[in-house]
Amino acid sequence: MNVFVEKELVAMKFRTVAELVEIAETENLKISEVMILHEAEVMNRPREEIFEEMGRNLDVMEQAIQRGLTEDIRSHSGLTGGDAKKIREYKEKANVLLSGPTILDAVSRATAVSEVNAAMGTIVATPTAGACGILPGTIFTAAEKLGSDRETMIRALFVAGAVGFCIANNACISGAAGGCQAEVGSATAMAAAAVVEMAGGTPSMSAEAIAIALKNMLGLVCDPVAGLVEAPCVKRNAMGAAIAMVAADMAMAGVKSVIPTDEVIEAMYKIGQTMPVALKETALGGLAATPTGRALERQIFGTIDKKS
Amino acid sequence: MKYRTVFDIIGPIMIGPSSSHTAGAARIGRAARKIFGRKPKRVIITLYGSFAKTYRGHGTDIALAGGLLDFDTFDKRIVNALEIAKEEGVDIIFRESDELTDHPNTARLRLEDEKGTMEVVGVSIGGGKMEIIELNGFELKLSGNDPVLLVLHHDQYGAVARVATVLASHKINIGFMQVSRKEKGSEALMSIETDQPVEPEVQKEIQDLPGILAVTIL
Repeated sequence: MNVFVEKELVAMKFRTVAELVEIAETENLKISEVMILHEAEVMNRPREEIFEEMGRNLDVMEQAIQRGLTEDIRSHSGLTGGDAKKIREYKEKANVLLSGPTILDAVSRATAVSEVNAAMGTIVATPTAGACGILPGTIFTAAEKLGSDRETMIRALFVAGAVGFCIANNACISGAAGGCQAEVGSATAMAAAAVVEMAGGTPSMSAEAIAIALKNMLGLVCDPVAGLVEAPCVKRNAMGAAIAMVAADMAMAGVKSVIPTDEVIEAMYKIGQTMPVALKETALGGLAATPTGRALERQIFGTIDKKS
Repeated sequence: MKYRTVFDIIGPIMIGPSSSHTAGAARIGRAARKIFGRKPKRVIITLYGSFAKTYRGHGTDIALAGGLLDFDTFDKRIVNALEIAKEEGVDIIFRESDELTDHPNTARLRLEDEKGTMEVVGVSIGGGKMEIIELNGFELKLSGNDPVLLVLHHDQYGAVARVATVLASHKINIGFMQVSRKEKGSEALMSIETDQPVEPEVQKEIQDLPGILAVTIL
């Protein structure tokens, strides 16, 4: 137990979203700033170095978006790839969009990164690789819409990091431990809070956005077809990005969650604990166990075995 | 707290497709390689839980092999790690186990060459983060974040104090320390996370202390 070390060193210490918001609002700081100060203190690193490292993450995200939207991405299994381009083209050409151009931009970018991940391309795990599309999808779309500069985008990643930090230390962020709600759910909540800060919302609004987003992910199981991070993962990243954007707007409108954010996170954790193992990244249940899921599994591993 | 830095959450930069099954696995492999201190000739890897069920789909086998070859999570060579391992003469054997473990993503790695063998157990806890929880039968907890000093010693009074004294004399602060033994009075293992790096001469000084059997810096 290294609690003593942390206790004596960290003035910016937060463990829950409520504590994070309290520090931010009493010190009159942005959530991103609290996270940066926390990082500098705990890891004993200069601020510039931390900012620069986060900037590199942003660059990798941008490259992954670019690849997914312009190159012909196909995973080894052949299950995923090409949908990001398809969505982007539709958005450009369609006479009427049923959702809207901003949502579809977020969705196509999230899909792009997620498809690059499935094809063993380079991505940033946020918080996991399975959920790596949601933050790039939302942050780059919000930045385009808001005219945000690079610093604001890097700050958004620190906001997301702060939220993920609370979720990871109080609950879990892996599909194997908590189901998809812990991965895509966490990423969606992180993105919602990040976008709120980008749009000039308060720390409290970010907290509401987390709760609104995560509540709509509760119970989501991890049931990857053939155990691959492809189906349904890529489409869940797409919809995670859409939910994050809408949750951010709702929070900016002043909508509040009836259940406080930290209790939503705790509920997610408990749901994850009671979720059957078959629905936690074992490919034994859910979509993985459907007749088509099973047939695809046989087909994919049949070919892989022949190759090797 | 399991996750200490923001880069545990936003990061790592990695080759897909899974942070727990690919990046975390690569880090377990790399930690094992570092503790072993050299390229192994043969590695027997036993996979448990979700690792055992889905390793081929996630490229867990490829990633573990990449880690054993000392590749980082973002190293593009990971994609071809199984072939590269073959070329480099590292024989890697995978076994699946039905045995229940505390954590769903667990791997046991036995590294061998003519000089010796070593066995570690690693768990991938999510988001690319991993912990080594067992080394040659000793329970421990290594995250791979901070510099770690591993000291194998006789289980006798004074060993811990002597090592701590040497570290203190070089102004090295201990952030986290754990002592583990298999049975009373036999061998014990100290794992010490330090805030400052431990230089080779300090390692030598500890190595020469009475009752110390082996010292490794990670």
